[in-house]
Amino acid sequence: MGTINVHALRDVDLSVQTGEFLAVMGPSGSGKSTLMNLLGCLDQPSSGDYYLDGKYVNTMSADEYADIRNQKIGFVFQGFNLLPRTTALENVELPLFYDRQSRFKNPRESALKALDRVGLSDRLDHIPNQLSGGQQQRVAIARALVNEPAIIFADEPTGNLDSRTSMEIFSLFQELNDDGITIVMVTHERDFAFYAKRIIEMHDGQISQDIIISKRRNANVDLARYLRPETEEIVA
Amino acid sequence: MKRLTNLLKVAFKSILKNRMRSLLTSLGIIIGVCAVIVMIAVGQGSQAQIEESIASLGTNMIMVIPGASSRGGASRGAGSYNRFTFDDTEAIRENATLLAGVSSVVRAVAQVIYGSSNWNTQIYGVDTDYFLIRNYEITFGDFFTERDVLSRKKVALIGQTVADELFGDIDPTGELIRIRNTPFTVIGVLKEKGQTVMGNQDDLILAPSTTVLYRLKGSQFIDMISISAADEDYIEAAQTEISSLLREAHRLNPGEDDDFTIRTQDEITDAASQTSQTMTLLLGAVAGVSLIVGGIGIMNIMLVSVTERTREIGIRLSVGARTRDILTQFLSEAIVLSLIGGIIGILLAIGLSILLNNFTDLRTVLNPLVILMAFSFSGAVGIFFGYYPARKAATLNPIDALRYE
Repeated sequence: MGTINVHALRDVDLSVQTGEFLAVMGPSGSGKSTLMNLLGCLDQPSSGDYYLDGKYVNTMSADEYADIRNQKIGFVFQGFNLLPRTTALENVELPLFYDRQSRFKNPRESALKALDRVGLSDRLDHIPNQLSGGQQQRVAIARALVNEPAIIFADEPTGNLDSRTSMEIFSLFQELNDDGITIVMVTHERDFAFYAKRIIEMHDGQISQDIIISKRRNANVDLARYLRPETEEIVA
Repeated sequence: MKRLTNLLKVAFKSILKNRMRSLLTSLGIIIGVCAVIVMIAVGQGSQAQIEESIASLGTNMIMVIPGASSRGGASRGAGSYNRFTFDDTEAIRENATLLAGVSSVVRAVAQVIYGSSNWNTQIYGVDTDYFLIRNYEITFGDFFTERDVLSRKKVALIGQTVADELFGDIDPTGELIRIRNTPFTVIGVLKEKGQTVMGNQDDLILAPSTTVLYRLKGSQFIDMISISAADEDYIEAAQTEISSLLREAHRLNPGEDDDFTIRTQDEITDAASQTSQTMTLLLGAVAGVSLIVGGIGIMNIMLVSVTERTREIGIRLSVGARTRDILTQFLSEAIVLSLIGGIIGILLAIGLSILLNNFTDLRTVLNPLVILMAFSFSGAVGIFFGYYPARKAATLNPIDALRYE
C-alpha cells in the first residue's frame, strides 16, 4: 500500500504587500486552509518558495519555524483556541513566554496593552468559559497582536459567531489594518470578504480570481445599521 | 533562572488545575517513598533494639565455653572434649589482671514449687561477680555473699516473672521454695530487665554456683565462665589473657588447638544485627518496587494528560513554542509531581514512624540518608517515567495538534 500524493495547492503565485487586508475565499477542499498553514509557517510546502518579511522560509529548521511564528506571525482561529482555565491576561501573555529574542522586557505590560486595544481591559482575570464567543475571539486577537507581528492570519475568525458579533470583530480587524497591520483572512461568507481590501478565490488548489476592492465596506457602519434597521429606512 | 521559575510556575499551575488527578497520580510515589522510609526505619529500629538489648545483658562481657570453636577446622572427638571445673574459674580469677569480674555459670532447668504453685524455670548457679557482670539489681532483699557460695548455702534470688508466678502479691523474701525437692530460701527479687533477644530476662533463679552444682546437679563440671573486662578497651587484651591462662591450666602445648571458645559481646551483637540488616534490605527492596510502580502511574497519567491537552500543545506550538519548550514543560510537570509526592511521602513517613515509635512496640530509627535517597529517587522516577510522554507531546505536529478534538 502506498500513499497517494494529493496536491492541495498547485501553481499558487501570491504576493501580499505590507498593510494589505486579504480575504481568501473558496469552497471547502479548495486549499484555503493549506495555504493558510503554509503562509502561517505551521506547515512546510513539499515544493515551492516562500518569502516572509524578506526572509526565505522554506529551508528553515523546525525551531526556526517556531521562532518565525513567535516573532513575525499572529494567529486567529475559528475555534478561538485559548488555553482553558487560564485567564485572558495569561492567554495573551503566552506568545511572549516563548520570546527567545527578549524583544519584550515587560510581558505583562504588553499583554495589558494588547487587551486594551481589543477593548477587554475589564476582563483581564476572566477565564475563557466566563467570556462570550466574541470576547474570546477578542482575547485571541489580542494574543495575535501582542508580539507585534508582521502579519496576522485569521482562519474563519467569525465562523463560530453570530452576525452582530462578527461585524464587531471585522470592525476591529479593519481598525487594526488601518493602523498598518497586514491581515490575511480565510472566510466563507462573501459579505464579510468585502470588509477586506483584496479577495482571492481558490478552486482545486489554484487561485481562480484575484480582485482588488476599490471601495471596501465599513464594518462599523454596517454594525450601526444592523443595530438600528429603522434608521436606515428613515435615511432611505 | 527566570526561565526556570517560569517553567515551575507553569508546572505548578497545571498540577493545581487538576488537583484530584495530581493527588491520585502522586499517591503511588507518596506510598512508595513512605513505605521505603518507614520500612527501613523499622528495620534499623529493630537493629538498634537488638544491639541495645545485647548491651543490656552486661558490661564488657566475655563468655568462655568449653569445646573448640568450629573455626579450627575439623572438629575433634568427644574424648578430647575438656569441660570446665571451678578450678578453671579460679585460675582466671586469680591470675587475670584486666578483668572486673569472673563467675562460673552452672545451668539447670527445674520445676520450682511454692505452696500449691509451681513453675518451670532456669536455675543459674553463679558467683557473686555475676551480679556485676550482668548488671543485676535487686528490688527486695539482698544478693547472696561469697560466704554463701563457699558454704553452698541454699539461698535463691528470683526473677520478677518467677516471683509473680509463684507468689503473686506476697513478699517472697524469707519464703521457702523447693527446687527439685531441695528447699531454698528466697533472699531477694531481681529488678526487672524485660524481654531481650536472649529471651525473657526475668524468668530465672540465681543461686550460688556451688549449691546448684553439688546439691542440684550433683556434677563437677560447670557450663561456662562469664567474665567482664575492666574496660571496653581491654576486651581484646583480656581475651588473649584468658586464653593463655586457660591453655596453661589445661596444659595445652603450643600448636595445639584451644579446647575452649571465647566469645565477646560484640561478636554476639554482630551476629544478631546481621539478620536484621538483611531484613532491612529486603523490606527496603520491596518498598522500592512500589516506588517504581508509582512511577508507572505517573507515566500513565502523563500520557493521558498529553492526549487530553493536545490542543493546548497545538496552541503553544502555534504561538512559537519549540519542541524543547514542550518537552521541558511536560517533563518538569512530571518531576514536580513526583517530587511533591516525594515530599508528602517523607512527611507521612516521619509522622508514621513517630506514631509507631510511641504507640506500638516497634522501634523506628529515621535515617536522613535514606530520606535523601528516597527523595532523589522519586525525582529520578519523575524524569524516567515523564520523558516518554513529554517526548510524545513535543513531537506533535502543530496542525494536527490544533485540529485534535
